[in-house]
Amino acid sequence: MIALREVTKRFGATAALDAVSLEVPEATTHVLLGSSGSGKSTVLRVILGLTIPDGGEVLVDGTAVDLSTRDRLVARMGYVVQDGGLYPHLTAADNVALAAEAHAWPRDRIAARLHALTELTGLEAAMLGRYPRQLSGGQRQRVGLMRALMLDPPILLLDEPLGALDPIVRVELQEQLGRLVADLKKTVVMVTHDVREAARLGHTITLLTAGRVVQQGPYADLAERPASPFVTQFLTAQAAPAPSPSATD
Amino acid sequence: MHRLALVLPWLLAVASTAAAAPDGVIRVGSKSFTESYILAEIAAQVIEQVGEARAERRVGLGGTGVTQRALESDAIDLYPEYTGTLTRVILKEPSLETIEAIRARLASRDLTMSDSLGFDNTYALAMRDDRAERLGVRTISDLAAHPELRGAFSSGFLEREDGWPGLRRVYGLSLARADVMEHALTYRAVASGEVDLMDVFSTDGQLERLHLRLLEDDRHFFPDYSAVLLARREMTERYPRTWARLREVLEGRLDDRRMARLNAMVDLDGRHVTEAAAEFLAGGTPAAAGFARSGRHAILGEIVALTRDHALLVLISVGVAVVLGLPMGILAARFRRAGQLELSAIAMLQTVPALALLMFMIPLFGIGKGPALVALSLYALLPIARNTYAGLMAIDRTLLEIAWVLRLGELRRLLRIELPLSAITIMAGIKTAAVTTVGTATLAAFIGGGGYGTLIVRGLALDDTATILAGAAPAALMALAFHGLFELLDRWVVPRGLRG
Repeated sequence: MIALREVTKRFGATAALDAVSLEVPEATTHVLLGSSGSGKSTVLRVILGLTIPDGGEVLVDGTAVDLSTRDRLVARMGYVVQDGGLYPHLTAADNVALAAEAHAWPRDRIAARLHALTELTGLEAAMLGRYPRQLSGGQRQRVGLMRALMLDPPILLLDEPLGALDPIVRVELQEQLGRLVADLKKTVVMVTHDVREAARLGHTITLLTAGRVVQQGPYADLAERPASPFVTQFLTAQAAPAPSPSATD
Repeated sequence: MHRLALVLPWLLAVASTAAAAPDGVIRVGSKSFTESYILAEIAAQVIEQVGEARAERRVGLGGTGVTQRALESDAIDLYPEYTGTLTRVILKEPSLETIEAIRARLASRDLTMSDSLGFDNTYALAMRDDRAERLGVRTISDLAAHPELRGAFSSGFLEREDGWPGLRRVYGLSLARADVMEHALTYRAVASGEVDLMDVFSTDGQLERLHLRLLEDDRHFFPDYSAVLLARREMTERYPRTWARLREVLEGRLDDRRMARLNAMVDLDGRHVTEAAAEFLAGGTPAAAGFARSGRHAILGEIVALTRDHALLVLISVGVAVVLGLPMGILAARFRRAGQLELSAIAMLQTVPALALLMFMIPLFGIGKGPALVALSLYALLPIARNTYAGLMAIDRTLLEIAWVLRLGELRRLLRIELPLSAITIMAGIKTAAVTTVGTATLAAFIGGGGYGTLIVRGLALDDTATILAGAAPAALMALAFHGLFELLDRWVVPRGLRG
């Protein structure tokens, strides 16, 4: 379980996070929704321990994330960024295997895990030998996800994981991703600015603006009982045809 | 970059071969003026003629200090020297008078020398003949009556106790002016009448043609500067036939006039040193043409040897600079503030002119390849450290954060992620270092480091453009070759995923 309690982070005069609280129960997906600069990526960073908050508390499985615990806690997390965040000088396979290499896994164990991950993410095995620039956006995204899943961490932190994809591939991957995290029972915190994606994947949603929580709850709550006109405005601005108001099942 | 790490031991292996003592080779040195070149070339041709060992020419080492240190540090085996310099500058015992006495003192330094080659190349004062005639000046004593005269002397002469300061005291002289002037230019100044008096060597090839009169040293102030061959005793014992032949051919065989003529052949007639040497050796034997040919042959062979020399200088110094510069660049990127300090220090080193940096090495490391390598390595450091730093700093922060999330650890992150990602920038720095070092390494010859600069220094001393080009052109080619080589190395070191 992941919990933020009144977390505040300032960069100079601007508050990236202003008393943000949220809870993500085990094996659920929580979506951070908001426009760019709303502070949603900073939430992921404080969970990872990449950014240490000025106030409040971040708990991962009951342990507060700080400089002394973050090395240990981050071992339970997989992290995926927009366009995969792959190392351009390493093949897809080498990118995925990095963490296992650091754990001195034997070669055949790595190979077996790579095989399992290609099946899980739907990446063609032939793509494993390619360099990131030789892959399509969707393939890069899959490789990024495989890398995060390599050591099978219970928590996945996804920062706009599908942000760089064209709409058709995006919808396809959204469905795959939803199935995958449900099957694997991962605890997921995912950042997006796409309302339909949030509706499709999030058990719960936090809508942020300027570092503050505007509303939290399932998509239906936000759509049907908006806390402020901003919520409605945000939800309807993007969605030309109304998205199905149900979370992924 | 882990591949680059594999290249280093190889570079170091190459480096270790440089120190190996050459077998069957006698290394002939010289100072960088015509007479010294000619005598060294004569010695080299005699060595080749005897055939006991190969002659390697390490000529044009500069002044007495550098050449002497080259001999004592086993960088050369023999070179032409003068008794006056031996007693005053090297042994610092001006009271030694006879050849035997000097030789006895040299023995304790594991050195020995030949008897006098026959001529006495002492300092002398010269005036234009017509002017001396008009003023009635024949001896140095006569100068005392002409305090209106203007003198221009080479810098050594003006400062040395056995030069102008002593001369002035002994003869009670004063001149209207006594300036320092580049020797080659002073001839013109005297010929045109701007200067009345100059220092010359008594075997100067230009005296006769420029109508200069040597003033008689009537109080015998100038010490005896008989030419001799100064040699390492070890060499004379190892190659006894060669040493005996050298003494036989050279001792007492060159008088002042003959030496002056050989000097004039090179300085005034534009003949090559090898031809002058061959002409002298042909004096007794009719094999002049053969010698001349072997001389030209030797130049080609010399260029081959110098190429090896030069390439080693570049490879070793760039190799050392990589070994030092990479960690320095990494440290600078890790510790920003200390890093800036460190990079500024290296940059400051770069502002020292290369030649001056080489000269600073002499008191620390002597002369020869060692100090040249130290100076060249220091010089190659900046582009490598700087580019390593720049390459590391330019890496996308997200990629570094992901490395932390993946818990790769410091070392793995450096070797597996950071260095490979900066490989293009780092290799660009190494290429810059290699190409500029090929150029800078030509200066190594000034402190006896060998390489193509040997020909450039010699060409400068002999005012011989062809010889300068014989050194400069291969250096340019080598710069191109190194650039090409490192471009190839790029394919191996720069990860495929980063190449366009």
